[in-house]
Amino acid sequence: MSRTLTYFFALLMVLVVLGPLMMMVTVSLNPSEPDISVNMGTIRAFIPHVVSFENYQAVLTDRNHPFLRYLFNTAFIVGAILIGAILVNSMAAFALAWGQGRYRKWAVVAVVAMIAVPMESLVLPLLLMSSRMGIVNSYEVQILPFIANAFALFLFYQFFTKIPKDLIEAARVDGMNLFQTYWYIGLPLCKPIIATLSILIFLEQWNNYLWPVMVTRGPEFRPLSVAMAAYFDSNRMYWGQIMAFAVMMSIPIMVFFLIVQRHFVQSVTGSAVKG
Amino acid sequence: MQRIRHLWSEGALLAPAVILLLVFVIAPFFLSGYLSFTNERLIPRPVPSQWVGWRNYSRVLTDPDFWQAVRNTFYFTLMVVPFQCAISLGAALLLNKKLAGLTFFRSVAMLPLLAPITVIIAIWAALYQVPNGFFNTAVNLVTRDDRIVDFLGSRDLAMPAIVLLSAWASFPFQMLIYLAGLQEIPEDRYEAATLEGANAWQQFKAITWPGLINVNIFVLIITTVQAFKLFTQINILTKGGPLGSTNTIINYMFVNGYSEGRIGFASAVSVLFFILVAVIAVIQRLVFKNENE
Repeated sequence: MSRTLTYFFALLMVLVVLGPLMMMVTVSLNPSEPDISVNMGTIRAFIPHVVSFENYQAVLTDRNHPFLRYLFNTAFIVGAILIGAILVNSMAAFALAWGQGRYRKWAVVAVVAMIAVPMESLVLPLLLMSSRMGIVNSYEVQILPFIANAFALFLFYQFFTKIPKDLIEAARVDGMNLFQTYWYIGLPLCKPIIATLSILIFLEQWNNYLWPVMVTRGPEFRPLSVAMAAYFDSNRMYWGQIMAFAVMMSIPIMVFFLIVQRHFVQSVTGSAVKG
Repeated sequence: MQRIRHLWSEGALLAPAVILLLVFVIAPFFLSGYLSFTNERLIPRPVPSQWVGWRNYSRVLTDPDFWQAVRNTFYFTLMVVPFQCAISLGAALLLNKKLAGLTFFRSVAMLPLLAPITVIIAIWAALYQVPNGFFNTAVNLVTRDDRIVDFLGSRDLAMPAIVLLSAWASFPFQMLIYLAGLQEIPEDRYEAATLEGANAWQQFKAITWPGLINVNIFVLIITTVQAFKLFTQINILTKGGPLGSTNTIINYMFVNGYSEGRIGFASAVSVLFFILVAVIAVIQRLVFKNENE
């Protein structure tokens, strides 16, 4: 392929990807809904010609949709899942890798089988269980089901089996039990896996929709992903405010991931090679 | 004594994961099987729910709406998988070249992956807006008349519109995997081919494509499974309409199980969905294994 053609396609890709994102930003900065509507299909929808933060102010002061509360909900839920998932799964993975029991081989097979079960086929019984336990519309119901994670467990397991046997033996000779060996040797070693999983779990939760839409009722426990949809629904055609909501929700995360880009790419491709 | 201490700590390490997996994966998995044979409701009735045998399955399998949802899901999958894989591979090939400003191009290409799907849906709803959104204006420019096209409100266009949005939203994931695959192919193979005078297309056919065989299997499986789960876009944009033309299996399950509270009936759908996904994954693996040998 000639160089000109290569650059042509590269620029085309930039246009196709940035176009919709530019529109989000442009519309969010435009305080006049009639002006947005008139320019919706023109170039003026993609390149800002006014800069006003009125829409942002409107979103932040909307009583029916407390943006900061949504933000807190998402941060709290994702944070709790991350901490829980990293500890719980790495603990179990370490026991499967270096424990004594004969059951371990079968347990690993069971874990691999569980990776294949889609969350979508579990949501209805989970919903029934949660509703009978009376924990619908809470933080717990959005956190607990995602802590034990067969995929994360397997990633940790693969990593732990590669630790040199001598290291584990030496710990045992020193009188450490398995838990101490995990805490002082296993866990500090698996920082790269922790980084990878943090990114993957974050992305998964960031896009999680089906489960939170089923188990949250009002703004109190609703995460941002569902809130975006609810906001979109209740402010139809107020594009300026919808886009301001979208910008506040997505731009900080985009910037953060672009900064840690290299790590991010490794996590995504690592999940592919290992999965 | 020491052995007992070891066993005790082994158990302590395992316990939280075992308990959580039992409660939140294994129990619901078997529970959905059990529920699919009952008339359980989400909101408890005064009468206890009963065992109804295969009734839910026979009702699901004779419901024209279910089959429409199955057809729509396959239709979406058959469109989005080749389309999205082709875009991802194309972008990966492009970004594997030594371009000036490569870091910029790569960063831009990754952006859709970082935006939450609900944000992307809102943006595309604006692009599909009637009567004066971007796509309507573009269509009018090309056809030179001012007929209004309601992309999301048309039986024929709603699904293709969702395909386009979905491909845009998630192509970077597959692109990154392809990119990693491309970088595994040794550089000297291309150098040798260039010396022998092979052109770009011949090199792609002889070196790149065979070199990507394993990556292709993986990408195909994850993209297909992802496509089968289509729900968020439908729930926000069309609710399965117009006239059921964008109803998908998961949306059908959601409406029956959650909105109408027919847990027993909808559990039969989720069991069928699980079987479908498992069968497709096995078939794809087998087909590609044969081609590989």
